[in-house]
Amino acid sequence: MITIIDYGMGNLGSIQNMIKKVGGQSIITSDSEIISKADKVLLPGVGSFDRAMSNLNELNLVNVIKQKASSGTPFLGICLGMQLLADRSEEGTSNGLGIIPGEVKKFVIKKKEMKIPHMGWNLVRYKPSSKLFANFEIFDEVKFYFVHSYHFVAKFDSDILTTTSYDLDFTSGVNNGNVYGLQFHPEKSHKYGMQLIKNFTELL
Amino acid sequence: MLQTRVIPVLLLRKKGLVKTIKFNQSKYIGDPINAVKLFNDKEVDELVFLDIDASKEGRKPDFEYIKSIASECFMPLGYGGGITSMDDINKLFALGVEKVIINSRALVDLNLVTEASNIYGNQSIVVAVDVQKNLFGKYKIFSHSKIDHNQGDLLDYLKSAQNAGAGEIFINSVDHDGMMKGYDLNLIEKLSKELTVPMVICGGAGELIHLKEAVSKGASGVAAGSLFIYHGPHNAVLINYPQYKKLKQLFK
Repeated sequence: MITIIDYGMGNLGSIQNMIKKVGGQSIITSDSEIISKADKVLLPGVGSFDRAMSNLNELNLVNVIKQKASSGTPFLGICLGMQLLADRSEEGTSNGLGIIPGEVKKFVIKKKEMKIPHMGWNLVRYKPSSKLFANFEIFDEVKFYFVHSYHFVAKFDSDILTTTSYDLDFTSGVNNGNVYGLQFHPEKSHKYGMQLIKNFTELL
Repeated sequence: MLQTRVIPVLLLRKKGLVKTIKFNQSKYIGDPINAVKLFNDKEVDELVFLDIDASKEGRKPDFEYIKSIASECFMPLGYGGGITSMDDINKLFALGVEKVIINSRALVDLNLVTEASNIYGNQSIVVAVDVQKNLFGKYKIFSHSKIDHNQGDLLDYLKSAQNAGAGEIFINSVDHDGMMKGYDLNLIEKLSKELTVPMVICGGAGELIHLKEAVSKGASGVAAGSLFIYHGPHNAVLINYPQYKKLKQLFK
């Protein structure tokens, strides 16, 4: 059972549907009691950094999220939910959750024809040993759907799970222990997303 | 890897799918949910739904129905039609829409665009505009709701939409809609030079080569209705979408 955290930052229906499609189960909640007992946690999110942190604070979810992430429970942050794992973001002034050391920076793109936000499908290079990318060798190329203007800069290279090129090479996924963060949207990346979400449902 | 987004655009009328020619002659195509399922299997980059009656009739988006569409979409979904408030936008994101497309409302008031992009980030907020050539061959803003809201200059308007927080501009060419003879390449060239956010062009695609032409003139994404709905010389209704490798070859 995957517990999807609802903190008013959009877009929970599609992720729930994809979990169902790959044979998993999920609940959507903002109840810290339920989250504290979850065996898997998913932190989605679309929107701005400060607003997200202020919603998490208002709902008293910051501590329970930090506890779950440090307790070894499989934890997946998607898009803004990944950026919140960092210490801080150039998008705002709030502190992040500080779960994976690093900061979120705005894209600085030199090529004029490349626009911000980085929006669309793009290739993702992943650590082949990662359980989240099990069975991905069947794909000729691995691509996911991105929509973002800021990107994660991990303090430690060892926390980098995936990289993607958009003018510059940036970190599109992070991982430390059982905590995963993905800048892209698996729930909107059809067959690639389904394989990844299936792998997440199978993490122990 | 495709950097170009290739987007089927589906028009909603009541709970049915229709296709128009020059924004008229609406023809019933089939069930929208069924179309989404077919597009899912074809690994479509992104799907756009436009409710073509909502603004005209002054009503809200059909949230319940959009929710049932979004539940079936395993690709990014954009929705436009009848969006007039933050409340509408909040509801749409909560039910699984990735991008909201604001057209009529933006013509009278760009504050909604600013407010929405402050909260959700400008990547999720699209301003759409329907463009028609007037008698003198000048590009003008066409208003869906048949009220002459905005007689201003098209480019000035789009720049102000961009400044207001639109993360993407969606251009629908009225004159080319449903004609399947190619996009308005002059329009693409004229606008793409001036805009800094991605621009998606819609209206006129009838063959794959048309997509390539649009990209060569500066479109960041190419959208089409008829191309992905009709098949063959007699325009039989058949949901279709090019194979990935074919698209890859096309944009090489």
